[in-house]
Amino acid sequence: MFYPKFLIFLLFSSLLSAQTVPSLSYAELKPLLEQKGNKIYVVNFWATWCAPCIKELPYFEVLNQREDVQVLLVSLDFPKHKESRLLPFIKKNKLQSKVVLLDDADENYWINDIHPNWSGAIPATLIYTKKQRGFYEQSFTASKLDKIFKLFNP
Amino acid sequence: MKSILILFSSLLLITHNHGYKVGDLATDFSLPNVDGEMVSLSDYDDAKGFIVIFTCNTCPYSIAYEDRINALHRHFAPVGYPVIAINPNDPAAQNGEELSDMKQRAQDKGFTFPYLQDKGQKVYPEFGATRTPHVFILEKQEKGNVVQYIGAIDDSSRNPDKVEHYYVEDAVDALLAGQLPKVSTTKAIGCSIKTL
Repeated sequence: MFYPKFLIFLLFSSLLSAQTVPSLSYAELKPLLEQKGNKIYVVNFWATWCAPCIKELPYFEVLNQREDVQVLLVSLDFPKHKESRLLPFIKKNKLQSKVVLLDDADENYWINDIHPNWSGAIPATLIYTKKQRGFYEQSFTASKLDKIFKLFNP
Repeated sequence: MKSILILFSSLLLITHNHGYKVGDLATDFSLPNVDGEMVSLSDYDDAKGFIVIFTCNTCPYSIAYEDRINALHRHFAPVGYPVIAINPNDPAAQNGEELSDMKQRAQDKGFTFPYLQDKGQKVYPEFGATRTPHVFILEKQEKGNVVQYIGAIDDSSRNPDKVEHYYVEDAVDALLAGQLPKVSTTKAIGCSIKTL
């Protein structure tokens, strides 16, 4: 039996304490890509070694401070590097946004399911609300992100 | 007025060119190889086709596939489908992607296939490659090199032990048997192609 709401609660309640990073299958991630709260949800796909990803992380961290925004950073690092690279990176950079590791082999399925226009390259970002959905296979500057973000209302 | 319209619509065509689709003819190229020679598809008289792979030195997904790319070439070059690897990254935009770096990597990993630099970055947009690694299987026919498969090497970039679908192997096996690949487009995670 699957309880998406409970899972979401579990994931985000950990925000209150230290950052823990769950490794999720795509079935476990999916509820976090279709939440129905009164927020703008930002889901960024990244990896610790991806230079353009790292460059734009601070812009997402700023957005995450807003009451009406929830940022989720989905790491596509290698699962075997979670302890040695991902966790130290989060600690070193004091990331406040929630981080999860997507550990699911069937890429051809979930890339299309996340968005048909996604080729699979990172960085890539999904921004959605109850009514709107946008997918951006690109890297952002602060102003580019700002411009796109203005199109969304919680 | 008419010519302006034609000009405008051809501009639209250019900006909306997202590269090859399955069934398209691939244009030949001439690119520098790590051995100092220039390489074109037309150099391969005996090939039945090509496994063209856009890949690079620095992307961890590409690195994770190096052994699998070596294996593909070992397996399929003798039966007429050599691997042609092309590095699409602009070395000015990403450290470690100069031809000299590529030469070193090819030597370290024992690449026996050509590893070409997309000098000037003209070839990857023509193919429509968006990431590394990104595969295009071409079948040599009378009319030219027909694109028969676009996508991933297999369905598990980060863990070779979890592969369930060997897309490229299956596609080339089909072509060698005179059939079309059952799966002709797939996706995989990859690194964006680096440009200035």
